[in-house]
Amino acid sequence: MRLAVREMRRRPGRFAIATVILTLIAVLLMFLGGLLDGLVASSTGAFRAQRANLLVYSGNSRNSLERSRIEPDVRHQVESVPGVKRVGGLGSVQLGGRIPGRGARDLVPIVLFGYELAPLGLPSTPPGVGTVYADDSLRAKNVGVGTTIHLGPSRSAVTVVGFVSDTRYSGQGTLWGSVETWRQVLNANRPDARAGPGVVQALVVQGALPGGSRLAERIDRATDEATTTLTITEAINALPGVSQQRTVFNQIIGVTVVIAIIVVALFFALLTVERTALYGVLKAIGASSRSLFAGVVLQAVVVALIASLVGIIASLVLDALIPAGTIPFVATPARLLSSAVVLVVAAVVGCAFSLRRVLRVDPAAAIGGTP
Amino acid sequence: MTTLSESVGTAGHALEMRGITKVYKVADDEVVALDHVDLTVASDEIVALVGPSGSGKTTLCSIAGGLLSPTDGSVVVAGKEISGYSGRQLTEFRRDSVGFVFQTVNLIPFLNARENLLVVDEIGRRLGRVARDRADQLLAELGLTARAANLPAQLSGGQKQRVAIGRALMNDPSLVLFDEPTSALDSSLGDQVVRLIRDEMKARGTAAIIVTHDDRITHYADRTVHIEDGRIAE
Repeated sequence: MRLAVREMRRRPGRFAIATVILTLIAVLLMFLGGLLDGLVASSTGAFRAQRANLLVYSGNSRNSLERSRIEPDVRHQVESVPGVKRVGGLGSVQLGGRIPGRGARDLVPIVLFGYELAPLGLPSTPPGVGTVYADDSLRAKNVGVGTTIHLGPSRSAVTVVGFVSDTRYSGQGTLWGSVETWRQVLNANRPDARAGPGVVQALVVQGALPGGSRLAERIDRATDEATTTLTITEAINALPGVSQQRTVFNQIIGVTVVIAIIVVALFFALLTVERTALYGVLKAIGASSRSLFAGVVLQAVVVALIASLVGIIASLVLDALIPAGTIPFVATPARLLSSAVVLVVAAVVGCAFSLRRVLRVDPAAAIGGTP
Repeated sequence: MTTLSESVGTAGHALEMRGITKVYKVADDEVVALDHVDLTVASDEIVALVGPSGSGKTTLCSIAGGLLSPTDGSVVVAGKEISGYSGRQLTEFRRDSVGFVFQTVNLIPFLNARENLLVVDEIGRRLGRVARDRADQLLAELGLTARAANLPAQLSGGQKQRVAIGRALMNDPSLVLFDEPTSALDSSLGDQVVRLIRDEMKARGTAAIIVTHDDRITHYADRTVHIEDGRIAE
């Protein structure tokens, strides 16, 4: 093993090409992962911020917030289920927003939420009718405290009184107000989708105990399947595009990992061929195949670690440089570290293809002992 | 079966080979590289092994050094019967009991002279300080102290050969096998190396087999063994 380290220190140029290629792959892996995380975050912030176990949709909504309507009597049934601690209504409407300082036709797509149970970062008492908290991402659209935004064809006015972070929904910035504010704006701008008094789109449920799938079943039984109750995670996965984004990106990431394995396999296969005579001599003087192969693995791991480190630095720099609201890229520690681990594992798998070659090196060839 | 008379030397043998046969399968044919060979080397004896190309001398050397297993026969080196050893056992045996000096010097190109000696300890017993002292002592005996920090590319042919000899002696072997040690050296250098080999082996009481075409070595050896067509010739 010490021999392997010394070779890297004395002949770094030998490993330069593999390191450069793996670094590019690391950057690609981390960038793809960061894009996926950014895209998913920008679609799911509003749900992840909910301080609840469960989300209750109407039974015929096909797990869509927009299609869901919860009537007061159904709400009452849900509130009566044992294990339900607190219930809050939730409503949303997607409209174009006119923001002062932007052109009259330059509408910003915005989702207005009405809440009762406060998500993370929002006050427990919703702001007064006509006032809202804005997601941080809207700052890039000239929104500040005191800005009045006109929503939809009816130009319903809402005034921003504060900001909240990481509450985007379907890739759009969000506004958070009371359920009454939501109902008024919805009814003014979407007469085809009116919500009557007491009607909300979904219920946010806090259970008495952690977890929720059993409580979800009990709720749906209690309402006689008038509801479909999902955990927050299930509701996130059901959001349009989220699972598809994950699938597509993970497939691209998977292919990239396979490429990394191939690069390492080819590089170390070549290196092993070049070292055949050296391995023969080392085996002749008593080195085991195991120790020689351990040296190969160590070198692959070191190359992968260096590539990962550069990839992490590049991702953090990218994260700092990308202006907010442009590319949905986010470099989380979990993603960066997991990408590094994946790359190191790929390097180990890649150099495993050299194992057979190392095993087959004949020490007798060092002394010319075979015909 | 051809037999050689008993060798000179002190009590105890470094090497005893009895009835050694080595057969290779090449395509559908069998090649008999060695045919019932007996060879005994005393514990401080230098034996020159001479023969034409393809005579089996390198195969014999390889079997003596645990690089190959015989098809038939018995090999005892420093009291250990190695003919039935597994690959792993042979690796350990070579690490602890035998030294090799190869025809192409085969030093590790990115290690300096001292490190090339110490690689034996890194592969093997990991004696640390003891190994480092031994390496320094060997380098001094071989006249290489000033070259200890030089890489092989910075050494002359004779210096590289001396480093290789030092590496072969690092694990204090019972038997050192030399494969054409002077073939790449000019006559005066070759002469120096041969004398060095003799002096080092005799100083340590270490047995050696030297595969060679070089007549000078036969003059420095205690005994010359001729091999031809896989058999020891009288």
